[in-house]
Amino acid sequence: MLEHPIAYINHAVKIRPAQVWKDGSILFDKPDQTDFFRYLYDACSGQYPKFHKMDPLAKLGWLGSEILLQGIDFSRYQPEDIAVILSNRSSSQHTDEKYYKTIENIASPALFVYTLPNIVIGEISIRHKFKGENSFFIFDTFDTVSMHGYVNALFASNQAEACLCGWVEYYDDRYEAVLYWLEKDPQGLALPLEEQELKKLYLK
Amino acid sequence: MADLKVQIIQQLNLQEVKPEDIDNDMSLFKDGLGLDSIDALELIVLLQQNYKIKIANPDDGPKIFQSVRTMATFITEHQTAQ
Repeated sequence: MLEHPIAYINHAVKIRPAQVWKDGSILFDKPDQTDFFRYLYDACSGQYPKFHKMDPLAKLGWLGSEILLQGIDFSRYQPEDIAVILSNRSSSQHTDEKYYKTIENIASPALFVYTLPNIVIGEISIRHKFKGENSFFIFDTFDTVSMHGYVNALFASNQAEACLCGWVEYYDDRYEAVLYWLEKDPQGLALPLEEQELKKLYLK
Repeated sequence: MADLKVQIIQQLNLQEVKPEDIDNDMSLFKDGLGLDSIDALELIVLLQQNYKIKIANPDDGPKIFQSVRTMATFITEHQTAQ
């Protein structure tokens, strides 16, 4: 007998250069936009001036979460029950290098605060008032085995009722984000939380 | 003070703020322009980079950075004293 999935992938967002997909459908395809992040900010959200101070990694994760969470009512969860688990390859190296260059003159406090990858989790959590479990992992590639195992354990141990999860990579103007929204009840895409499904979301 | 407003906008990357949005006596923090503690550090960097001024006593910070006018007054007094 098949076991009931511990959680479902209810929504997913993928951002690659000049393109955004949500739940499998293309949402934006704007190769003519020179500042794609600013375009997405204006198109999807706006009214959050702190966005302009973020480093590119935080902007990417923040934009991904804005698009992912649009239309989702997560007010039924306690803030402590919403987890954010992210991963990438380059950590915060893009900003680390920019900050290092400022040390030669006068170090920039505004850059320094982004010299940790998990700051993107902080920016998302502040925006949406999430206070649950959070972790940021560094992998060579999107490690679906580890991400599935970790998040599965969170749901199994009742440490999360919902989870924003995925891959947010930015280095040297190359970027990619694959974010998905997990809940215990099926809605939207309603894909079972399985390693193969995570792999498909990333590769598709 | 108009130049100082432009410098503040550039230094703090306030992309949605125009110089004319900043009143000379508007509070730079809290309910005014809404700057935070990192912005305060960036204002200290601005004084060092643009005016070669270092704040000797950190306790003077809140008074100096109260508004554009208090910043301009501090810069003028310091440049006169140099």
